[in-house]
Amino acid sequence: MRDENASHRLKRRLLKLAHAAGLFAAMTIICMPGLWIVLSSLRPTVEIMAKPPAWIPQELSLDAYVAMFSGVGKGGIPVLEYFRNSLIISVTSTVVAIAVGMAGGYAFARYRFRGKSGLFLGLMLTRTVPGIALSLPLFFVYARLGIIDTHFGLIMAYVALNVPFTIWLIDGFFRQVPKDLAEAAQIDGCTRWQAFWQVEFPLAGPGIASAGIFAFLTSWNEFALASQLTRSVNSKTLPVGLLDYTAEFTIDWRGMCALAVVMIIPALTLTFIVQKHLVSGLTSGAVKG
Amino acid sequence: MATVSLKKLVKRYDNLEIVHGIDLDVADREFIALVGPSGCGKSTTLRMIAGLEDISDGAIEIGGRTVNDLPPRARNISMVFQSYALYPHMTVRENMGFSLKIANEPKAEIERRVNEAAAILDLNHLLERRPSQLSGGQRQRVAMGRAIVRQPDVFLFDEPLSNLDAKLRTQMRTEIKKLHAKVQSTVIYVTHDQVEAMTLADRIVIMRDGHIEQVGTPDEVFRRPATRFVAGFIGSPPMNLQEATVDDGKLRFANGSSLPLPRQFQPNVAAGQKVVFGLRPDDLYPTGHGINSGDDADVHGAELPVSITEPLGNETLVFAEFDGHDWVSRMLNPKPLKTGDRIGMSFDLSQAHLFSAETGRTLRG
Repeated sequence: MRDENASHRLKRRLLKLAHAAGLFAAMTIICMPGLWIVLSSLRPTVEIMAKPPAWIPQELSLDAYVAMFSGVGKGGIPVLEYFRNSLIISVTSTVVAIAVGMAGGYAFARYRFRGKSGLFLGLMLTRTVPGIALSLPLFFVYARLGIIDTHFGLIMAYVALNVPFTIWLIDGFFRQVPKDLAEAAQIDGCTRWQAFWQVEFPLAGPGIASAGIFAFLTSWNEFALASQLTRSVNSKTLPVGLLDYTAEFTIDWRGMCALAVVMIIPALTLTFIVQKHLVSGLTSGAVKG
Repeated sequence: MATVSLKKLVKRYDNLEIVHGIDLDVADREFIALVGPSGCGKSTTLRMIAGLEDISDGAIEIGGRTVNDLPPRARNISMVFQSYALYPHMTVRENMGFSLKIANEPKAEIERRVNEAAAILDLNHLLERRPSQLSGGQRQRVAMGRAIVRQPDVFLFDEPLSNLDAKLRTQMRTEIKKLHAKVQSTVIYVTHDQVEAMTLADRIVIMRDGHIEQVGTPDEVFRRPATRFVAGFIGSPPMNLQEATVDDGKLRFANGSSLPLPRQFQPNVAAGQKVVFGLRPDDLYPTGHGINSGDDADVHGAELPVSITEPLGNETLVFAEFDGHDWVSRMLNPKPLKTGDRIGMSFDLSQAHLFSAETGRTLRG
C-alpha cells in the first residue's frame, strides 16, 4: 500500500513539473517577440540585422529614444502629435462604442422584439468581413465627404469596427445579472433608469470594462485602415507613425522598435489598471446559492 | 396598511390567456396565500399586483386606489423574491436601507429603521456582510428585512422558502408567521406548498389554470373542499379519490367493489350518477388505529390486503388495496405490518366527500 501511495505522489510531482515546464515554454514563445522588440530598440542596427542573430547584446543605448523625441530633421518624428492623435481617437471611439454597446447589449439581454435574433446575427456577420477589404470603399466615401485625415473619420471607422463586438460582449454580461435584481430595485422605489444605474450597471461593470479594454486596444493598435485614412500629423496615429522610419532604401529598425515600445507602454498600463477591476463572480450571492 | 382588490383580472401573452378574470378581496392585515401547481397563474397574479407585469384587463385596487397603470414604486408594496434578489454589490445594511436611500430619507432615519428591522430579524451581527457571505436562511431573512424597512401597505411573497432545505423551511415558516403577528400588515403569499399555505394563511386561494378554485380558511378548504382539485391538492398525504357510480344507495366502483352511499349526500345524488368519491387518509384507518370520529353507523368496515407501508414513527401510512387501487390510510399507534397482510379497515363515511364526475364540484348541499 505504501509503495502505491509513494508512486502516486511521485507521479503527481512529475506531472506538476511537466506542467511548469510546458507553461514556461509557452510563455517564452508568447513573450519572446515583445522582449525582442524592447531589446532591439536598445541595440545598433548592425546587431539587429546580424545573421546568425546575436543573442547576447554587445552594446545597449537609449539613442533611439533620444533621437525620437529630438524633433523632425534630427532623426526624430512628431511622436507627441501621433501620441495625442492615437489617444484622442482611441479614447473617443472606445467611449462611443461602449455607450452604444451598453444600450444595444442591454436591449438584447432584456427585451423581446421582432427580428432580434436576425439583428444579432447580422451584427455578428459584420465581424466576418476583414476590415482591410472595406478600406477602398471607405476611402472613396470619406474622400467624397471630405473627412480623410481627420480624427472624426477614424473615430467613425473604429466605432463601426468595435460596436458589434461590444454589444455581443456586454449582452453576455447583462444576461448574467439576474432580472430579479432590477425588479427588486423597482419595487424598492427606483425608476427603470435608476434600477439600471444603481443595480445592473455596477454588476455588469467588470464586463463593460473588459469590453472597453478590447475596444481600446483594437483602436490603439489598428494599422490597416489608419494608414489609408490618415495623411499628416493632423490625424496620423502611432501605428502609422512607424512608417516614418522607412525611407526609400533603408529601414531604421531600431527607431521603429523604440516607437513600438512607446506604443506598448500605455496599452500595457491601461490593461493593468483595469484588470484589477475585472473581478469575476461579483454577482454570486445575488440569487440562490 | 391596506386592502387589496382584484376585479376581473386578466393576463394575456399575445393570444394566450394565462389568468382568466379572477376576483379577490383581501382584507386589511389579512394573510392570504395563493396556492396551486406550477403554471396556475399564481405568480403572474402576484407580479401584476406588484406592477412588474402589465394587466391585460380588469382592475387592481390597493387601499381603495386603482393602481392598474402605476409603476411598482408608486404602489407602496414590498416583495420578497424566490431568489431573494439581494443586491450583491451592497452590504446587508445597504441592501436593507436601499429603498430609503432612493426615497431620500435622512441618514439617521435610515439607520434607525434598518437597525429596527435588523433587531426584529436578528440580523444585527450580519449588517456589514455581503450577500455572498450569508447562508440561504440568512439571505432569506435579509430579503424580508429589506421588505420590512420600507413599511409598505402590502407585503408580497413569491415562493420565498422554496430554495431552502426542509428543516430551514419549517423554521422560516414560523418566523414569517411571527413576523406577520409583529408588523401586522396585509400579506399576499404565493406558494406551491400547501403545507406552507395551511400553516401561514388566514385564508387560502387555490388556483388552477388561471382560475380560482376556492377561497377559504385553512379549515374550510381542508374540511369542505369545493372541488375535486382542491380535495386532491390540500392535505398530505392527499385524499383518496376514486370514480364511482351511484347505484341503489350504494357507490359502485369500476372493478365491482362498493361502499354505502354516505348519508349526508343521499338527497343530492340521483341513481346512475357518476361521482368521484373522496376520503382522507385520516378517515380511512386500520380498525382500532384511527381517530374515531362521527357516528359508528357511518363507519364501514372491510378487510383489505396491505400493499406497502411507510412508517413515520408516531404513525404509519398504510397503502391497502381496494377495488384494484391502493388507498392510503393513516395508522395511529402503529403495529408492524407486512406486505400481503390482510387487515380490517374502517371507512369513516361521515367524513367522506363526493364530487360530480362531470364538473368536479362538490355534491355537498
